[in-house]
Amino acid sequence: MLNMDEIQMRLLKEVADLHKVPEGAYNIRSNSQSVGRASTENIEIIPREDGQGLTVKIKPGTKNESVHIPVVMTKSGIKELVYNDFYIGEDADVTIVAGCGIDNCGNQDSEHDGIHRFFVGKNAKVRYVEKHYGSGTGTGKRILNPGTEVYQEEGSSVEMEMVQIKGVDDTNRSTIAELAKDAKLVVRERLMTHGNQNAVSTYTVKLNGEGSSADVVSRSVAREDSYQKFDAKLVGNAACHGHTECDSIIMDRGRILAVPALEANDLDAALVHEAAIGKIAGDQIIKLMTLGLTEAEAEEQIINGFLK
Amino acid sequence: MLELKNISFKVDSEGKDKEIISDVSLVIPDEKLVVITGPNGGGKSTLARLIAGIEKPDSGKILLDGEDITELSITERARKGIGFAFQQPVRFKGIQVFDLIKLATGKNITMTDACAYLSAVGLCARDYIDREVNSSLSGGELKRIEIATVLAKGSRLSVFDEPEAGIDLWSFQNLIEVFDGMRKKIRGGSIMIISHQERILDIADEIIVIKNGSIAEQGSKDEILPSLMGTADAVPECKRSGVRKDVEESC
Repeated sequence: MLNMDEIQMRLLKEVADLHKVPEGAYNIRSNSQSVGRASTENIEIIPREDGQGLTVKIKPGTKNESVHIPVVMTKSGIKELVYNDFYIGEDADVTIVAGCGIDNCGNQDSEHDGIHRFFVGKNAKVRYVEKHYGSGTGTGKRILNPGTEVYQEEGSSVEMEMVQIKGVDDTNRSTIAELAKDAKLVVRERLMTHGNQNAVSTYTVKLNGEGSSADVVSRSVAREDSYQKFDAKLVGNAACHGHTECDSIIMDRGRILAVPALEANDLDAALVHEAAIGKIAGDQIIKLMTLGLTEAEAEEQIINGFLK
Repeated sequence: MLELKNISFKVDSEGKDKEIISDVSLVIPDEKLVVITGPNGGGKSTLARLIAGIEKPDSGKILLDGEDITELSITERARKGIGFAFQQPVRFKGIQVFDLIKLATGKNITMTDACAYLSAVGLCARDYIDREVNSSLSGGELKRIEIATVLAKGSRLSVFDEPEAGIDLWSFQNLIEVFDGMRKKIRGGSIMIISHQERILDIADEIIVIKNGSIAEQGSKDEILPSLMGTADAVPECKRSGVRKDVEESC
């Protein structure tokens, strides 16, 4: 049983879809303390000596196991910087679920900055899910600045799903990846901002090995007075394939800056970028209204579908 | 029964008013299939959009079963029983075929229920139900899904704006069967189709010819269709598609 209150449990559900202690290896961090931790035969979670983070070691060949490392914060005024390192052994096939939920009812800012580093062994497969969520009525901001570094060895594959739909006031996300021969990276980012929120997402993906590939796709919605910046750079240093896409909807007075960038340093690097920003198409709203939805219901359905 | 009384509609064209619909009065009776035909630019699609509430007339009244719906919004008209299939179906990123059919029914339906509507328009349901309604679907597929949403909505009056536009000959043959099936199960509702197609005109109870924003001819199929044969208002499908240009008469 976890020693957590109702708000903490609710945050845990939002960010990690957990109602209780998860199966497999896990560490649950609440208000800067570990409130539950378990390792398994194949996955070892070791706290860092300074208490600010974890080292997760996944044995070579580990199949179909998962690691959950959610973070929840309910005290106003906490500011923390956490380092988590993941070592994924050769041929392993695992799912890692991270995520951070902040409930801030106070007037001081709450901030969680998590630096995650992934060292992915030969032919290993990783599915990584990271959800961010904020709630609370206080005037203190909810701030999340995740840094992600991914180092992929030959033939490895990483799929990352990054979701931030609600309640985070300020976020500055930085992701860098380096891919060796035949390594594959897929990123799906979904983001919605509202109020006066500010979200910056920066990617630098270096395709260093022959046959490596990256597909970085962001879908986002900026509502009310919020601002987003999506900055994705793919660097082709070998015969490789890279694709990046930013597809955004703006509403109300929302603003978005998309800065896709490609750098080819090898004649056989094939890199593509796409970026589109616009409001919801009027005919989409009209179509749903002819099915009996109100204008507001139609907008909600269109956004839900877009961010699904 | 839908009734248009003295409907006029103008648009602004280079600073001048241009009348698209001039004083049109017509009736779509219950349990009838009415086909509206006439030259391109004559105002047919505008008429359909006025009925759905996408455009508002400058003058005149629209009555549904005697109730004045002229000032009602698109949503209110839809809820009162008007269905509308777009000439160019709308694409949605992320919304799946199942989602759209579910929204159309307004109920929490099962996959099996949704599949029945897709089968009714000749689509193999399991291949489509979880597809996104986006550019990965062909014109013919989108058109049939569009028609499936109107079927799923279950309207008192269903309006189809040029269902033949943008689809291939093979898909068109299938669509005729869909409309023929709807015609046979028309009880309690009525259907209005805007079309130039001889085979669609052929399943009509009544035909209305719109030219230059006004009604040029109106009557039962047997009265009107013979005079339209061989004109641009009743085109055999094989000629439209350019399949057999060598044949002069019919094909």
